[in-house]
Amino acid sequence: MHMADALVAPAVAATMYACSTVAGGYSVKKVRLENDPKKIPVMGVMGAFVFATQMINFTIPGTGSSGHLCGGVLLAALLGPYGGFLTMIGVLLIQCLLFADGGLLALGCNIWNMAFYGCFIGALLIWKPLMKKGATKGKIVAASVAGCMITLQLGAFSVTLETLISGITELPFAAFVATMQPIHLAIGLVEGLITAAVLCFVHEARPELLWGVGSSRQEKEGKFSYKTTIAILVVSAAVIGGGISLFASANPDGLEWSMEQVAGTAELTASGGVYETAESIQSTTAVLPDYAFENSESAFGTSFSGIVGGAIVLGGCIGACYLLKLFRKQTENKE
Amino acid sequence: MSKISKAIYEIEHISQMAEKDQWMNRIHPLVKLFLTVFYIFMVVSFRKYDILGVLSMVVYPLIIFMLGDISVKEALYRLRIVLPLVCIVGILNPLFDREIVLYVGTVGLSGGVLSMLSLMLKGVLTVFASYLLIATTSIEKICYALRLLHVPKLLVTQILLIYRYITVLLAQTKKITQAYALRAPEQKGIRHDAWGSLVGQLLLKSMDRAEEVYESMCLRGYQGEFGPDESCAFQVKDAVFLFLWSVVFVLFRIFPVFQIVGAWFI
Repeated sequence: MHMADALVAPAVAATMYACSTVAGGYSVKKVRLENDPKKIPVMGVMGAFVFATQMINFTIPGTGSSGHLCGGVLLAALLGPYGGFLTMIGVLLIQCLLFADGGLLALGCNIWNMAFYGCFIGALLIWKPLMKKGATKGKIVAASVAGCMITLQLGAFSVTLETLISGITELPFAAFVATMQPIHLAIGLVEGLITAAVLCFVHEARPELLWGVGSSRQEKEGKFSYKTTIAILVVSAAVIGGGISLFASANPDGLEWSMEQVAGTAELTASGGVYETAESIQSTTAVLPDYAFENSESAFGTSFSGIVGGAIVLGGCIGACYLLKLFRKQTENKE
Repeated sequence: MSKISKAIYEIEHISQMAEKDQWMNRIHPLVKLFLTVFYIFMVVSFRKYDILGVLSMVVYPLIIFMLGDISVKEALYRLRIVLPLVCIVGILNPLFDREIVLYVGTVGLSGGVLSMLSLMLKGVLTVFASYLLIATTSIEKICYALRLLHVPKLLVTQILLIYRYITVLLAQTKKITQAYALRAPEQKGIRHDAWGSLVGQLLLKSMDRAEEVYESMCLRGYQGEFGPDESCAFQVKDAVFLFLWSVVFVLFRIFPVFQIVGAWFI
């Protein structure tokens, strides 16, 4: 579910970075308030653990395929939502940099789609309410499976929205959703079962490692109550969903989208001395206005000049690089 | 080579490349990080039909690959994860957008074909840009740049710790899965009855390791947070590098450079 940079428009990427930054900032504050220096190395090692175990293939009974562990829900069940979220950010950044799994610009989207839903929704709305009166094997399985399935559904839906708002695909919204959601429902079920198996083992061997188990009384006066969380999420979903749906049908793209929001048009016009001078410079330098020969409707001009220009620019770059390398070699030889 | 061995090799190889003493590696990490993000931002901001515009942005990776002596083959290998996903999203565009928007000679190209091609090209270029960053900048230096951008120390510490322990835990995972495979020959993955115990054991071992890590960190004077200690001075060459590439990116984004240059010669 890692999104690549090519799948997001800059405006969408920036919005999702902003959302993830808010969630990250809040998590940093909460982890600092916990004032448990021991937790920091545990988070680091757990991040590496999730990274390593995602390389293991688990055979799905009755099929020829295999599944993987769900990092977000597992981390949230062990470290809590805030520690888990920060650890997931680290895992996603390293996956993006070292393995090109997800893009740098799309990192905000990936953090939101995988870490936010997995850790915050998974831990606060699913894991914690189920575990507050103590953990049993059945509850762990229910929480893990429900957590993975619901958070993966939310993540997949966000991927669909982000891609559509970015104007990347021509696929209609309904068709895209119908493609994404069912497959992630199956993946969520398998990941949930694997996560449940691991958490059940931990519950039997070292139950004290599980987060939020039997903590109903201590957490009651907690600042982030269950009802408040639901209320915030419902309001956020209504505002964001309602707002986004207004733009989703237009399918605009990239910078034009941002400009249309700000100025009401994708092509800004301005008058005045500076603008007129700039326009005259542009009309002089724009040898091929609108990618075609001047005063010509020939489409051939568009493609041909582009190909010739491309060959010349790239040839020039390659030639300059060879010259520089040659010069560098000669200088090194002299030394 | 198994998936885990490949991952360990890849991490070690990238780390070795980033440690090399080459001119590109010596550029200030903040400059490289900024330029990479700016470049990706510019590439993805092109209109979906503007395939020549996107193509013109190939100039940056081309020059850095050549001057930095960085292997293109390895960068292409990294596309294996991104390209299929991008293709899945773009492959249906030609079916939904059939209006002819460009002619190459007498051959008409529909909007869907152009948007699909530009999407794929964007995917390739953005992966190349990220690869160039990580191939010339160590994670420690990237973390140093993140600290300069006021990313919380706690988060930077996480990234450093995860990176430090990835190879250790990958090696441990490899040992466990190898031992399992030797006892269960001709089996594709881990059977469902071993899911919990196999990974659970690894998890408990990791938790114990975290305790040991914490104790040894305390013995070395750890007091809650630590960050990258590498400091790099910002030099004139860094400013020039940043300025020149920023200008190139903006110019290539605003003007159809390929067409302009082509028109001079026709």
